[in-house]
Amino acid sequence: MTATVKAIVLTGFGINCNRETLRALRRAGADAREVHLTDLASDPAQLLEAHILAIPGGFSFGDHVASGKILANRLRSVLGEPMREFVRAGKLAIGICNGFQVMVKMGLLPLFEGEFRQEATLAWNDSCRFENRWVTLQVNPETPCVWLRGIDRIDLPVRHGEGKFIPASPDVLERLKRQGQAALRYVRPDGSPAAGTFPWNPNGSADDIAGICDPSGRIFGLMPHPEAHQDPTNHPLWTRWEYLPAEGPGLRLFRNAVEFAREQLC
Amino acid sequence: MRTDRIEVGVKPELTDPAGVSLVSRLRDDLGIHVEAARVFDVYTLRGDFTDEELERARAELFTDPVIQVSAVNCHLATDWDAVVEVGFLPGVTDNVGKSALEGLRDLLRRELPEEARVFKSTLYAFRGIDRDTAERIAEAALANPLIEQWRTLDREALRASGGRPLLALPLVHIPPAAAVETLSLDLDDAALLALSRDRMLALDLREMRAIQAHYAHPETRARRAALGMPADPTDVEIECIAQTWSEHCKHKIFSALIRYTAPDGTTREIDGLFKTYIRGATEAVAPTVDWLVSVFEDNAGIIRFDENHLFALKCETHNSPSALDPYGGAMTGIVGVNRDVLGAGLGFQCIFNTDVFCFASPFYEGELPPRLLHPRRVLRGVHAGVRDGGNQSGIPDINGAIVFHERFLGKPLVFCGTGGLAPVTAAGKPVHEKAARPGDLIVMTGGRIGKDGIHGATFSSEELHEGSPATAVQIGDPITQKKMADFLLEARDLGLYTCITDNGAGGLSSSVGEMARKPGGAVLHLDRAPLKYPGLAPWEIFLSEAQERMTLAVPPEHIDAFLDLARRREVEATVLGEFTDSGLLECYYGGKRVAALDMAFLHDGLPRMELEAQLDPQPPAGSVEVISDDLGADLKKVLGALNVCSKESFVRMYDCEVLAQSVLKQFQGELQDGPGDAAVIRPVPDSWRGLAVACGIAPKYADLDAGSMMACAVDEAVRNLVSVGAGLGQIAGLDNFCWPDPVQSEKTPDGRHKLAQLVIACETLYDLCVAYGIPLISGKDSMKNDYKLGDVKISIPPTVLFTAAAIIEDVRRCVTMDVKRPGDLVFALGETHDEMGGSEYFEIKGLRGGVPPRVRPLGFRRLYEQLNKAIRSGLVASCHDCSDGGLGVALAESAFAGGFGMKLDFTRIPDMPENPATTLFSESQGRFVVTVSADHFPAFKAMMDGLPCVFLGVVTEEPWLDMAFSDDLQVREHIDDLRNAWKNTLNW
Repeated sequence: MTATVKAIVLTGFGINCNRETLRALRRAGADAREVHLTDLASDPAQLLEAHILAIPGGFSFGDHVASGKILANRLRSVLGEPMREFVRAGKLAIGICNGFQVMVKMGLLPLFEGEFRQEATLAWNDSCRFENRWVTLQVNPETPCVWLRGIDRIDLPVRHGEGKFIPASPDVLERLKRQGQAALRYVRPDGSPAAGTFPWNPNGSADDIAGICDPSGRIFGLMPHPEAHQDPTNHPLWTRWEYLPAEGPGLRLFRNAVEFAREQLC
Repeated sequence: MRTDRIEVGVKPELTDPAGVSLVSRLRDDLGIHVEAARVFDVYTLRGDFTDEELERARAELFTDPVIQVSAVNCHLATDWDAVVEVGFLPGVTDNVGKSALEGLRDLLRRELPEEARVFKSTLYAFRGIDRDTAERIAEAALANPLIEQWRTLDREALRASGGRPLLALPLVHIPPAAAVETLSLDLDDAALLALSRDRMLALDLREMRAIQAHYAHPETRARRAALGMPADPTDVEIECIAQTWSEHCKHKIFSALIRYTAPDGTTREIDGLFKTYIRGATEAVAPTVDWLVSVFEDNAGIIRFDENHLFALKCETHNSPSALDPYGGAMTGIVGVNRDVLGAGLGFQCIFNTDVFCFASPFYEGELPPRLLHPRRVLRGVHAGVRDGGNQSGIPDINGAIVFHERFLGKPLVFCGTGGLAPVTAAGKPVHEKAARPGDLIVMTGGRIGKDGIHGATFSSEELHEGSPATAVQIGDPITQKKMADFLLEARDLGLYTCITDNGAGGLSSSVGEMARKPGGAVLHLDRAPLKYPGLAPWEIFLSEAQERMTLAVPPEHIDAFLDLARRREVEATVLGEFTDSGLLECYYGGKRVAALDMAFLHDGLPRMELEAQLDPQPPAGSVEVISDDLGADLKKVLGALNVCSKESFVRMYDCEVLAQSVLKQFQGELQDGPGDAAVIRPVPDSWRGLAVACGIAPKYADLDAGSMMACAVDEAVRNLVSVGAGLGQIAGLDNFCWPDPVQSEKTPDGRHKLAQLVIACETLYDLCVAYGIPLISGKDSMKNDYKLGDVKISIPPTVLFTAAAIIEDVRRCVTMDVKRPGDLVFALGETHDEMGGSEYFEIKGLRGGVPPRVRPLGFRRLYEQLNKAIRSGLVASCHDCSDGGLGVALAESAFAGGFGMKLDFTRIPDMPENPATTLFSESQGRFVVTVSADHFPAFKAMMDGLPCVFLGVVTEEPWLDMAFSDDLQVREHIDDLRNAWKNTLNW
């Protein structure tokens, strides 16, 4: 019998991609369930029993003040210690879009020294607009990111107003690059660097960075939405293809995590 | 209590995207050149915060240390030439302030005093302009005096202000509410009318007399005396009757008895337009479909999606509020229609939004009549409101349109639609059935009650005039609503309530009044309702349309579980009373009964309106001479026309992917920039069954023929669905009528004519729905879309939005509009007639008159059926509906979306109109551009046997649209030029 991988999908307060994130984790083989933030805060043991935590996309607290900021503060305030323990135990976490903003603003990423510290931010897109468009992404072959294993290039939708990745200093960027933590980058459809050019890099992110991981590769955050490309018919060009694959490539990220958790954490 | 101010801005050495974007908006919209601009967020905190707490709040909550600088009680913009600070007026919803207060609570980890507040304002700093120019910018682009206050300062004045708040604190100060009044109805007609006008009841004389008679009736008097109620009505009662009887709620015009004189001179009586034509169409079609579940009964129409799921659809307008405050009005529109779906049956999850807007040209250069905003500002505001409302709610926006006509200057139209999905049963009960029972508790959930939106229902039943109330404007709060929606769906699945409805127009008076019909009464304690601020009169509490509220009937045995779940989800829920079977709608305030309304009179006492309808004589429609010497240039102009051109820059700002169900998107093709005909989604995971959603709207034909306007709207929506692979027999329709006032009166001397147009539109709608087998499952009407101030009156063109949804058995068979491969064959399906009236071509040429398109449903029907068969058989590579701009536009769009050219020979068209411009630009209905691979040609041709299907040419590798009309007339345009022409007009 294969071991059960338990996953928690955080909900509440304007998180809104929970259903499809839940579905992706379940399709990947996890015993996944949605847990409302208040319920998790009142019973943090649930978090420690889980192997995977997903903070889905959405508009937590309306993105008021700054995207992800109020949820980040609340998580730190009501779940700070359990989260640290979760990380210390080598568990897996993914933050998608608003979830990524939350992770970066609460200092869960890039987690250079294992301490929560804000080292970067996700600022307003250069266009100063919310943008919904599909982008092509290149996985950094040097990355330790567990979630991206075996993926080279992938098309995913971005849907955000505040996705411009800005490191706090050139050192931070250097370190992210050196340690392979700059896991995912925006590229042109042919795979050549987007080099900051709109619309391939949709927000002006430094070094075309779309997603980063912690040094262990187990905690990962990204602006694009892998859960929104778990079916081939999600892709904008599927009607131009000769054949329709069985599933969308976004599912691969979740399969990677569940597989890793089953092997290493169960 | 101290007041402090925290200012936050982007670090000086970094670019401020908001400032950059403001500079270009001011240049584009106002022609004002600003050297540079920066935008600062300002939070004004009122509470018992210590200096240390303020510093923590500044550093850890309000400031992003990576990119921002901030200061407490100190101005950051003192070296800018001029600044404008804009904040809300008292009582206006401040969503950011509300979230910031929650953030403060989390950060400081202590209870804050009840009066603690955070007020959000925005400070705009400019370089290169003086104070007066800044003031002009504030008025024209930054602030709306109905909801906002602002202050403009030059550098010296800002420096002198010493870091203190620049605006008055927007605290609500209301003198204690007057006690409940009784209103004597012992009045003559003139005084009755004056009462209606002064209290903004929007009731006419017959209606006022009916109320007068009811209260004078000995039985009423006796009953009231027995209840200890005064003989005269209380203000709570009068206001409740007025709102229940408003045009907005009762649809008086659609229920009226109409004496209609047809163009042939015959006269007949119509026993209610709704009953005869709308419900009538559905009744005629119902036997032919097996998926209708609940129509015209609930907040939304409900049909069966599959064995386990039901689908609900609703579309609303929010025109008058959007005219006054485009952002808040439109946002309220979208989150309001979401609540209709959330409150349909026992509750549906919203799975998509649609939005259709009608404006005057954003390039309008004429005088603006008083109180009207420039269409460009209305467009930007409405779009932003719908964008934020939908995105923040996590509901994908999947279909829409922006339509332009000069007379929408008087009133913009803002249509917001929502689809919802629910399991067939929830907690073991059919999800589409609901009924409060006597003894069930009345519970209000969500937001609090304020003065916002009082008289919204009666306000939308009037034309826009000088006294239009600012309190009619509300701003939506999507996050409060999102929390409530998540909570309610949880409570639904636990079976914690028996009935639910939203608080829209009329607030509690409407929601409780409606829900009380089945049990037969209700007792409501108005003083138990949570208020945003004290000072509301009981009738105001009863009528307030403050947003984000639902009313539920909760059985007493479930109330503890319900309230406990609400508390854990941080949703306010309050028991306000209970449902009864007393036959009375009773309200209490301070333990005293302030209303005891007879339910039967309230709901059925409204006297029926009787109206007359007759078209004014019209000049016979004739052909108009068309001269075109450069068809290629004309094609590019038509592609760039406002009603044709790309709206991509607006659509890209909507999240259309959330819920991960999208199959066909708004923009399609190689570069994802070709206009899709209909959206297709797969709402149930792991099933290939889908829903296609489309709309049709054609106000431009209305002046020529209201029947053509209606028919083209329906046919366009149907064609859009057929184009992607939907079949007749699977389509459900929804009508939204927006009309100028059609009631003959002194201020509407052409009421009979406008009503006759309405009759014709309804007849046409009936005919088409029956011919195509489309049941109407829900709809709405908005009947006073006029602007009147002094001598200026602007009435919108009669407009119907037809929204249609169809079930698709297997979404993998769907097709998009972009051509796929060189070598594929290009076909034009359908017949082209000389129907240039109202066309985009006439618009660019400045021509009037002509014959508008006619829909010939019996002929079209067979074509649609065969085309659907071909698509389902996999024979069709691309299919695009031919609508605004005609065949030329459809061909160009198909080509550039696919990234290929076409070589076409129009002489193949049998009976081609003599004038090639007519062939290219006539907007005849029932047509498509289809491409088919050579392999599939024989099977496709066989399927089209006997139908109008012309082989026009081939898709080519060479990126040119090459069209031959005769030996010596060839038109050749590069697809990039066509694409650019289409994309440039509104590329904002």
